[in-house]
Amino acid sequence: MQEPTNDMVLNLLQETFNDRILKTEVVRNQLQIEVIGTHVYELIKFLKDDERCDFSYLVDIGGVDFLKNGDGPERFGVIYILQNMNNYLRIIIRTYISEEDLEIDSLTPLYLAANWAEREVYDMFGISFKGHPDLRRILMPDDYEGHPLRKDYPLQGRGERENFSRYEYYEPSKV
Amino acid sequence: MGLETLLAEKLKDTVLLSKMDAVINWGRSNSLWPAPFGTACCAIEMMSLFANKYDLARFGAEVLRFSPRQADLMLVSGRISIKMMPVLSTIWRQMPEPKWCISMGACACSGGMFNTYTLVQGVDQFIPVDVYIPGCPPRPEVVLDALMEIQKKVRGEKLLDRLHGE
Ligand code: SF4
Repeated sequence: MQEPTNDMVLNLLQETFNDRILKTEVVRNQLQIEVIGTHVYELIKFLKDDERCDFSYLVDIGGVDFLKNGDGPERFGVIYILQNMNNYLRIIIRTYISEEDLEIDSLTPLYLAANWAEREVYDMFGISFKGHPDLRRILMPDDYEGHPLRKDYPLQGRGERENFSRYEYYEPSKV
Repeated sequence: MGLETLLAEKLKDTVLLSKMDAVINWGRSNSLWPAPFGTACCAIEMMSLFANKYDLARFGAEVLRFSPRQADLMLVSGRISIKMMPVLSTIWRQMPEPKWCISMGACACSGGMFNTYTLVQGVDQFIPVDVYIPGCPPRPEVVLDALMEIQKKVRGEKLLDRLHGE
């Protein structure tokens, strides 16, 4: 069977999804495509299941907050990186979601690796993943409030590090 | 011949007179058992401290104890996040008295360059620190120096003070 190449994958995607793909480009020999949030699951399922593409490995899921700098059409971006484990071809899938929406389909039915990656994006950006079996914080303490990688979150936090109420302070007389 | 002189004569070579404080503190200061709490890059320097080049064993502190109940010297080396701090203070509480604490590196002492939402700005807010070591990371020699400071401190202690909880 022929090994997938950027052109081949791009053609396949354009055949199957045509106008649901918003933008495609090849940067440093890597195919990057942009899709509407509601079609991400479908598209990645296609990329995984189709024998000719066979992107069997989910490398990472990342979040981006564009806030006011206008780099993206919406405030938040979610980025998926997939890899074909036979010839190591990579593909990057980008999607944007608005601040009001903040929900996107979970990839956990497709890739087990999506579990923690999605929890991280949820923890840092507050984007929730529909259908995720266990959407909890992964890095910050469970009772933490706010999503620290958002651009409008202050670097020094909102006083979390000074007052963690649920832990006792050290009192010399008691120890 | 009085009793005293008799005893002195008989026990001349077998008995040493000293103070209780001095004897016990001598023992303690030369057998500090560290509980290493390494969470970041400083821990790498800490590890080299136990290896042959710097050789902490020369100061009697080579017995690393990963069970806090057997340790008496807490070595905090690295960044402590607000999620890690309860773990550290629990381990500290599990260590039996008498115990001492070295805070190694800028991060453990003050948060260092990480003035961010998640990092405890100095572990001394939560546990009592005896010796602070500046540096990022401090050289192993400085940690040896800190250990000697602790030893000095231990030798100067009075047992009764500990009894009364001071
Ligand atoms: S003080 Fe420097 S070397 Fe030590 S933990 Fe912090 S950043 Fe790492």
